[in-house]
Amino acid sequence: MKILAVDSSGLVASVAILEDDVLLSEYTVDYKKTHSQTLMPMIDEIVRMTELDMGSLDAIAVAGGPGSFTGLRIGSSTVKGIADVLHIPVISVPTVDALAYNLVGAAGLVVPIMDARRSQVYTGIYEFNEKNELETIEPQCALAITDLLDKLNNIGRNVTFLGDGVPVFREKIAENLKVPFNFAPAHMSRQRAGAVGALAEIYYKSGKYTDASEHKPDYLRKSQAEREREEKMAGEKNA
Amino acid sequence: MKYRIMSDKKDFYILGIESSCDETAAAVVKNGREVLSNIISSQIDIHTLYGGVVPEIASRKHIEKINQVVDEALKEAGMKPEELDAVGVTYGPGLVGPLLIGVSFAKAFSYTSKVPLVGVNHIEGHISANFIENPDLEPPFLCLIVSGGHTHLVRVKDYGKYEIIGMTQDDAAGEAFDKVARAIGLGYPGGPKIDKVSKEGNPDAIHFPRAHVGDSEYDFSFSGLKSAVLNYLNSMEMKHEDIVQADVAASFQKAVVDVLVQNAMKAVDRYGDKTFAIAGGVASNSALREAMRKACEERNVRFCHPSPVLCTDNAAMIGAAAYYDFMAGSRAGLDLNAVPNLRLGER
Repeated sequence: MKILAVDSSGLVASVAILEDDVLLSEYTVDYKKTHSQTLMPMIDEIVRMTELDMGSLDAIAVAGGPGSFTGLRIGSSTVKGIADVLHIPVISVPTVDALAYNLVGAAGLVVPIMDARRSQVYTGIYEFNEKNELETIEPQCALAITDLLDKLNNIGRNVTFLGDGVPVFREKIAENLKVPFNFAPAHMSRQRAGAVGALAEIYYKSGKYTDASEHKPDYLRKSQAEREREEKMAGEKNA
Repeated sequence: MKYRIMSDKKDFYILGIESSCDETAAAVVKNGREVLSNIISSQIDIHTLYGGVVPEIASRKHIEKINQVVDEALKEAGMKPEELDAVGVTYGPGLVGPLLIGVSFAKAFSYTSKVPLVGVNHIEGHISANFIENPDLEPPFLCLIVSGGHTHLVRVKDYGKYEIIGMTQDDAAGEAFDKVARAIGLGYPGGPKIDKVSKEGNPDAIHFPRAHVGDSEYDFSFSGLKSAVLNYLNSMEMKHEDIVQADVAASFQKAVVDVLVQNAMKAVDRYGDKTFAIAGGVASNSALREAMRKACEERNVRFCHPSPVLCTDNAAMIGAAAYYDFMAGSRAGLDLNAVPNLRLGER
């Protein structure tokens, strides 16, 4: 099956075309240009390079969140526009799962960390079993970095970190983590649409996909206005 | 990308997409004038809880609705994506998060269906609503655009050629309606609520100032008027006197309408245009319509205004504006971005 995969959940913009177990093309840019300007030209580039007939796509995959709210929506709106014309399903791959899948085969725990601001990270705790399948120990969530490190100390196993949270929290990790740890090398340390697409194929086979109209990003966080309103209402209730 | 040869083609069908604020909308328009479908999904209920549009919430709602709205517009028009001649999308002005949904979706949709894309200015869309309502309307004419985000007095010199001759220096007219409505306990959205309650009130009960901007005779200012209403409310409270909500609303509305009519008619007299049009959400206001109609009649000037569904944010007006840009050769690239402060006439 042919899948177009897109990840614009963070600073990185990444697009890929996969056919069964072959990665036909992958294009990743980690540069401060808005995804609105880069994503479609990047898709066009790999489509032309591989002489892809868009009509031959079976599904379209997207890093469905968490991540930058705007980045997620640019990616999701793009795949929703493509899927609307082609009438193909959308496979929403959890962003942190896809990041972990960059390190398929790694020994020990794989812990992606994305900078979520306010001293929090979007993270999850994973490992790979003997069949190289991704096993989730802690599903993706928004967590204070200190809480994450406590959890990892409690589990007590070796950890490999990756993600754009690494440069932000490197020192904090070194100070507080009591288990052996290391960081993923450059070519595996950020979002890659190839990993999104490879996981998407597994998801697709287990029936985890939606119609374009049903797809929406999974932000893992409410908007600030909603949070403040809920706090206010809870406060009034308690008063 | 290859485009079809259109030399012997008679009719042009354009899908318009609009998401600049709190309405997710799509429409199919034939030849810039005939609306084949006009689907609007309003988020007003949720924003009412917050007393105004919350950009992050609006963005989240747009992405949930965009496919349904576009699919419905195509279905109602009986068209398939590849049968369209162009896709027109609002890329500014507006809220950046909401704009990005329409822009990203439209780029992907146009690319995949191999239909050319046209980027449309939201305010030019509002003006173009008059082309739909009045199939014989042609430039040149004068147009006043009044909405929650915009107050512009514009000369439409030709299709796609605009000259701004006046604009607000602070609040938009619709913004003043919202703020005053909140202050007198009417809530959001202020425009329709003030319009309704004003019908029961005396517009001459309280004299609020008519602000004129010194250096530019066609410009507007509404923040002073808003403050005058707030001061009046405060002074009444200090005196422990009750306010008559309908009188405050009617008097405020009259102050806004007076200034809008006065500046607009000054421009009509000066430029000698034989047609005057209004557009935008506040163009639905019944007092404004009536006053403009009267002023135009006195001058023997034709008065045009869109019906309410074309005054509110909608995509039919975007399809209409896109048609004229499309015919003039305008095409957007795959790197089209949202431009929150896009100026009228900017290309």
